[in-house]
Amino acid sequence: MSEIQDRVAALLAANDPATTDRLEFLRARFDAGLAWVHFPVGLGGMAAPRDAQPVVDQALAAAGAPDNSPRRIGIGLGMAAPTILAHGTDEQRLRFLRPLWTGEEVWCQLFSEPGAGSDLAALGTRARRDGDDWVVTGQKVWTSSAHNARWAILVARTDPDVPKHAGITYFVCDMTAPGVDVRPLRQITGEAEFNEVFLTDVRIPDAHRVGEVGAGWRIAQTTLMNERVAIGGRPVPREGGMVGVVADTWRAHPERRTAATHDRLLELWVESEALRLAGIRLRQQLAAGSPGPEGSAMKLGFARLAQALSGLEVEFLAEDGLRYDDWTQRRPAMVDFTGRDAGYRYLRAKGNSIEGGTSEVLRNIIAERVLGLPTEPRVDKDVPWKDLPR
Amino acid sequence: MNLLYTDIEEDLRASVADLLSDRAAPATVLARIESGADTALWGELARMGATSLHVSEGLGGQGAGYRETAVVAEELGRSVAPVPFLGSAVLATAVLTHLADDPAARALLGRLARGETTAALVVPLSSWESVPDGRGLVRSVADAAAADVLVVPVAGVVHLVDARDAVVTPVTSLDQTRPIADVDITGAPTTPLAGPGDDAVRAALVAGAGILASEQVGLAQWCLDTTVAYLKERHQFGRPVGSFQALKHRVADLWQSLVVARAAARHAADALTTGVDVDIAVSVAKSLCSTAAVRAAEECVQLHGGIGMTWEHPAHLYLKRAKADEIALGTPGRHRATLAPLVDLPLQSTP
Ligand SMILES: Cc1cc2nc3c(=O)[nH]c(=O)nc-3n(C[C@H](O)[C@H](O)[C@H](O)COP(=O)(O)OP(=O)(O)OC[C@H]3O[C@@H](n4cnc5c(N)ncnc54)[C@H](O)[C@@H]3O)c2cc1C
Repeated sequence: MSEIQDRVAALLAANDPATTDRLEFLRARFDAGLAWVHFPVGLGGMAAPRDAQPVVDQALAAAGAPDNSPRRIGIGLGMAAPTILAHGTDEQRLRFLRPLWTGEEVWCQLFSEPGAGSDLAALGTRARRDGDDWVVTGQKVWTSSAHNARWAILVARTDPDVPKHAGITYFVCDMTAPGVDVRPLRQITGEAEFNEVFLTDVRIPDAHRVGEVGAGWRIAQTTLMNERVAIGGRPVPREGGMVGVVADTWRAHPERRTAATHDRLLELWVESEALRLAGIRLRQQLAAGSPGPEGSAMKLGFARLAQALSGLEVEFLAEDGLRYDDWTQRRPAMVDFTGRDAGYRYLRAKGNSIEGGTSEVLRNIIAERVLGLPTEPRVDKDVPWKDLPR
Repeated sequence: MNLLYTDIEEDLRASVADLLSDRAAPATVLARIESGADTALWGELARMGATSLHVSEGLGGQGAGYRETAVVAEELGRSVAPVPFLGSAVLATAVLTHLADDPAARALLGRLARGETTAALVVPLSSWESVPDGRGLVRSVADAAAADVLVVPVAGVVHLVDARDAVVTPVTSLDQTRPIADVDITGAPTTPLAGPGDDAVRAALVAGAGILASEQVGLAQWCLDTTVAYLKERHQFGRPVGSFQALKHRVADLWQSLVVARAAARHAADALTTGVDVDIAVSVAKSLCSTAAVRAAEECVQLHGGIGMTWEHPAHLYLKRAKADEIALGTPGRHRATLAPLVDLPLQSTP
């Protein structure tokens, strides 16, 4: 621990937050191994335990240091980075991780397709080898932040003649490459937070392939497990997240309180606190390893509580709950589950049980992979992808 | 007590449903939500007599009752059509029928029935039990922007105000198909109506809550029908997603809750018509149907997956209406609190 404190002190001594440019400071922090301390030396970390991170974050925040606006780059931090670290080449790690962490380069996730959501392995976006490149054509959908992104993690079909899970390869796609067409999709909140992305003969160098050809499904699991923890399992202080917002609303409106809403709020407060503790326990169990299917339970609980709490808040606000701040189709720079007003929070929370794997799919994962229940009979597992009914 | 639909009610439903499927299909409603009430459709509903069913023939109405009004509300809920039915045909009209000894009230009822005029009751849409006072700014009033005449309770007396003399400020509404507005009548000339104003407003809130339960049933029915159709058609893992038992059980539960909600809503409509057991029937229906409708709309979004989160699919219009209806004219919690003493289940211990 004292080594970490020494490094923090050295970083601050060499880069006074009051006078150093934000980006310069973030780069220096990365190079000092204080970005994500559990990452390897040379890649923004110092191979320390994950639970040392809050020590660094708090010490730097106390010194007035800028942060990397983690909400703006959630997909990069939560999904792309752990996947590239686990499965990427050394060149890929060195090229991508630093600007990803500093926020110089925003990432998005080109996984879902119109015909492949819960059944992601059915995806049909094709990648064909052409010399040193791959040529990619297909349609992706619900792509959050594609409009801000420099890079994407992409799964595409490289072999249609084998069963669906076997013929997928994982790539890093340049969102500025010719043939990438990003079109806004408006959400029920009014915002266009996600997009349709059309890929037409997009050339991706083989050097941007992550892992072996045909290993994409297994690698995507790393991304998805991390995504679920990123959405549902983030460390939060007591009353962090949705419960804190709703508790503040309660405190601000004594005139609206009733016995019935009081009891519901406290019930949800207790559940939120217990879920927070479950997250701490999970991270303690996983201090060394990477997230497994248990992370799914966190996201399941997170989504349920976010929805129940935001629904209660709208109801509690009564005549104010009937109002909405703004339906304008905006292009938000970040995804903020607890931002804006109660109506927005209520509507946006509906996505929490769909994005990153639906709650139904997460229950299947818990039932099958945690509890070991038999899977549903499958008609589609051993059939070559090209022969699947569609 | 008749909890079924009569043949006349079924005929009425068929003609309203015809009009709405023609003029207010979900895609049509979605395309025009940012342009306020659909006055042309509203005029047609008035010409059909659908806006004055519970007004007696002597007062220019159809001489039917709240049972029929509830059937129209159900169909309007199924289509989330942007018409000022609740504000004008239910709430304002109910107040006026209670004060029909006053000639100005009678004259206005006639104009409302003929579709010449639209009215709104100036109380926050969230009102329940106590009668708010219409002096100063009144926030979140349903259908006020579409109204020509405002019906305003002031210190126990109901006043009529020409909407052009008041300040009516539309506000951005969570429910985009039933817009609300803030109203201020300060300084406007008013016509006071003779008769017990607070009783009239209270009775209108009860009637409104009872009729809303039927709207909620229609809304939930659309959500169930639309979801079931989608689960049959959407394939993942090489099969219709509706073939997964987990999802079958979800829609089976929705169907079951709708069976119960419909019975409660019909009971409220029947009680409002006969005047028997009104308070219990309305609070049972409004507390139960509010929850059933929100749940149906939430399940509709969830079971559509990503499509359900998009603006281009109409599910969100139903979600927003369901959530606003839950608050409108008393939340489920407030209706349960109303019910408690009526069914001898008080919260406080008796001394
Ligand atoms: C706000 C938001 C942001 C998103 N961002 C991204 C992004 O950045 N990148 C990206 O790639 N994707 C993104 N997604 C897409 C998301 O991952 C998919 O929507 C999700 O996986 C579900 O797929 P689907 O929409 O095709 O629904 P479907 O798979 O068609 O599901 C329809 C319904 O069937 C249920 N269902 C399906 N299979 C089963 C089963 N076996 N058992 C029980 N129930 C089942 C589902 O739970 C759902 O209720 C986002 C989605 C949302 C809502």
